[in-house]
Amino acid sequence: MSVITLSAAELAGRIQSGEVSAVEAAQAHLDRIAEVDGSVHAFLHVGAEAALASAALVDEQVKAGSAPASPLAGVPLALKDVFATIDMPTTCGSKILEGWRPPYDATVTARLRAAGITILGKTNMDEFAMGSSTEHSAYGPTHNPWDLSRIPGGSGGGSAAALAAFEAPLAIGTDTGGSIRQPAAVTGTVGVKPTYGGVSRYGLVACASSLDQGGPCARTVLDAALLHEVIGGYDPLDSTSIDAPVPSVVEAARLGAQGDLSGLRVGVVRELGGEGYQPGVRASFDAALQRLEKLGAEIVEVSCPHFEYGMAAYYLILPSEVSSNLARFDAMRYGLRVAEGASAEEVMAATREAGFGPEVKRRIILGTYALSSGYYDAYYGQAQKVRTLISRDFAAAFAKADVLVSPTAPTTAFPIGEKVDDPLAMYLNDLATIPTNLAGVAGMSVPSGLAEEDGLPVGLQIMAPALGEAVMYRVGAAFEASRLADEGALTAPEVAR
Amino acid sequence: MTAPVLVDYADVVARYEPTLGLEVHVELSTNTKMFCGCPTEFGAEPNTQVCPTCLGLPGSLPVVNRTAVESAIRIGLALNCSIAPWGRFARKNYFYPDMPKNFQTSQYDEPICVDGYMDVTLDDGSTVRVEIERAHMEEDTGKSLHVGGATGRIHGAEYSLLDYNRAGVPLIEIVTKMIPDTGGRAPEVARAYVTQLRDLVKSLGVSDVRMDQGSMRCDVNLSLSPTGSGVLGTRTETKNVNSLRSVERAVRYEMSRQAGVLDAGGEIVQETRHFEEQSGTTRAGRRKETSEDYRYFPEPDLVPIAPSAEWVEELRGTLPEKPWERRARIQESWGLSDEELRDLVNAGALDLIEATVAAGAPAGEARSWWVAYLTQQANTRGVELDQLPITPLQVARVVALVASGDLNNKLARQVVDGVLAGEGEPDTVVEARGLKVVSDDGALIAAVDEALAAQPDVVEKIKSGKVQAAGAIVGAVMKATKGQADAKRVRELIIERCT
Repeated sequence: MSVITLSAAELAGRIQSGEVSAVEAAQAHLDRIAEVDGSVHAFLHVGAEAALASAALVDEQVKAGSAPASPLAGVPLALKDVFATIDMPTTCGSKILEGWRPPYDATVTARLRAAGITILGKTNMDEFAMGSSTEHSAYGPTHNPWDLSRIPGGSGGGSAAALAAFEAPLAIGTDTGGSIRQPAAVTGTVGVKPTYGGVSRYGLVACASSLDQGGPCARTVLDAALLHEVIGGYDPLDSTSIDAPVPSVVEAARLGAQGDLSGLRVGVVRELGGEGYQPGVRASFDAALQRLEKLGAEIVEVSCPHFEYGMAAYYLILPSEVSSNLARFDAMRYGLRVAEGASAEEVMAATREAGFGPEVKRRIILGTYALSSGYYDAYYGQAQKVRTLISRDFAAAFAKADVLVSPTAPTTAFPIGEKVDDPLAMYLNDLATIPTNLAGVAGMSVPSGLAEEDGLPVGLQIMAPALGEAVMYRVGAAFEASRLADEGALTAPEVAR
Repeated sequence: MTAPVLVDYADVVARYEPTLGLEVHVELSTNTKMFCGCPTEFGAEPNTQVCPTCLGLPGSLPVVNRTAVESAIRIGLALNCSIAPWGRFARKNYFYPDMPKNFQTSQYDEPICVDGYMDVTLDDGSTVRVEIERAHMEEDTGKSLHVGGATGRIHGAEYSLLDYNRAGVPLIEIVTKMIPDTGGRAPEVARAYVTQLRDLVKSLGVSDVRMDQGSMRCDVNLSLSPTGSGVLGTRTETKNVNSLRSVERAVRYEMSRQAGVLDAGGEIVQETRHFEEQSGTTRAGRRKETSEDYRYFPEPDLVPIAPSAEWVEELRGTLPEKPWERRARIQESWGLSDEELRDLVNAGALDLIEATVAAGAPAGEARSWWVAYLTQQANTRGVELDQLPITPLQVARVVALVASGDLNNKLARQVVDGVLAGEGEPDTVVEARGLKVVSDDGALIAAVDEALAAQPDVVEKIKSGKVQAAGAIVGAVMKATKGQADAKRVRELIIERCT
């Protein structure tokens, strides 16, 4: 097995034992990126020099025999280009931030560095995390390693594709309405949206502040858990960060891998299983339920009647916050500036016209409208009420079940270009993932197999109450171990170059 | 534009009833900004007191300054407000280059302090109760300097310079309810309210409330209604009112101007006006084609402010004596006339004198030092009295040295000069400059004898009973001892030696 196909846990072990050096691991992944990223386009920026330098420090530590900075020291990682990095550009997939180098590191970036993790580069994304296909990146789409003519999901398609193409064993994403989980589902990888407040947002360029959450992406549940414990936990720089210990997700993942879920109740959300799901997705989900039952879990049906309003509420709250969060991109202090020499107002308007893509503009306009005086109560106000009702639905469901499950996305990866001009069709991708963001609870996507009709990966979504990540990881790991034993790993075909 | 027709003030008052409203912004003197750790010091090099958060860089997040919340609560309590047990910040969205995020983090419908009042005392001793609607927290914007163009404003400017040092400095906005029924005293009420509010906030130690430096800013809302009509008129909001005197003048001017418009059958336009310090007039701001829609919504990057009842009570316990109550007490105990008290207050000497008294000096001596010699020194140096590099404790020590006979008044001034020159504590200056009164008889007798020997004619006069002639000898001894002799003792010695 080559270095690039190892799991992060295995690779970390080999680095600590001295069998593989961190520099070799970094170089192997940099070579892989050089080899396939022309086709995949997962990365917007590769920081080879810094990556190798960081890896060399880990090797020194190994040589000196001192304790590793973290269980993932020396393991390479792909960072979504929405996190501030002092040594690399941070563009958020937007022209308006082309070439912008932040003067500071995001808390997540700083924690990765402190853990000795090798940051390979920054991954492609839908502009400012708005989209479900990575087609809304100003720098061109990312291609799904399973089929280069298809989308890798979004907004974090770059991070997910990097994992599936073995360009990195670990990645970081952000999830505002499904941007970690849906890409994980359509690339056959694992993606976790932690509890809101579980991972610091400091230095994460905001899409929608009350919904955004950074989280781990990996090829295995255990790897995601290891990364979760590195990036999670209280940050005094983020007022919405939860001042509580990170749930013991590594321990939970190890426990889950033993394959016993007896005594656990798994709730099937009636409202997330109806129409609109591709047959192969439906079938994979049904098989997943049988597998969970076989592992000892009790399957119960729960109803979350207000989930049907989730999409509508989401597309009022998100654009409202976006319209305000993105107001700062005005050419005055950083980023793109056009119409130099005109009045400040003209420069602002012209820069925003030139710098933002159509989806971003669409949401800014929607949000500006929804917050306008006279409309606020009917739109933003009502949407907040729906949000409360959805939280109550979750609370009631979690009284009956330890975790909830659904298909992560309604379809497998669709062809590039298919939905890019149909915003509503695009938005429906996130139907099943949006409720967890609205309620601030945790969710993850674990591969559940391939759809019969197109041979493309399908994801199982597992949701848990706020700070209930341990049970979520346990179920995810048990399901993964059982499926692997029966079906083997989901490995994308070798990328055509 | 034609010049406004101004109605004679007495005439305005005879036919119209003014309704006042005052919005005062107070810049808090916290060490750090409202939502980040940057310093707030006034007058630093442009754009040196900034960080990702107050520059609104992508990804940055705010964290509330606890001291600022504390200050807001203390101001609210001092204004007899209720403190909201739970409230959120809101975003006020509008584009302007000196606002880094293009929204201001403020409080909108959930202010931290509501429903208070302050009893304002007018010159004749009568009081008017001004009701406070709210006091809320917000962040200041940066500063723009528009270069070129006729107006000094952004429109027509050749270019603009931006300084973000002020961006994010904590502000408390204190808004009165409408103040009705002040009649012809509206300008005086406005001035008295702002004066008293300034003193109150200053006494809390939460702001230096310098209107000239912009750490206290006042907007004046004013409308007129025909007397007895009971119909509230349309109001104007006058900004840029940057001194106590201007507050009074702005109200007076707006009353005369609005009466002119109404008398001519015109309508008052609800608008923002700017006060012109030079002429004492107001001019209309740029007319907005559409009304500003700030699209307020709760700030999602901050958690609600929920001060516990215990904390609020703890802060209530820290409120000092009200400045006007304190003044009454001091006036009584020092036996000051109204005029004397006013002079002390105007000279900014009250706190200093009180502290000097507290350090052991008699009130009369303390007063005399601060209002005479030290005020003179402050004027010479062009600084405020409290900016002189001498403390009340040091003044009290000098007073004590005089009282004990170690210094005379002339020497005492030299000691004070030494302290002002940075030579250290009074005792150090005395030591270093050798300023102690010579009270050692041995040394004095030698000097006296020398002087007597030099002026035998004077000795004769004294001996013949003309004791007042001793003055000449005293002068000579003082000169010989460089002023360090105890003049009283010298005189005694002279008489002794001549009889």
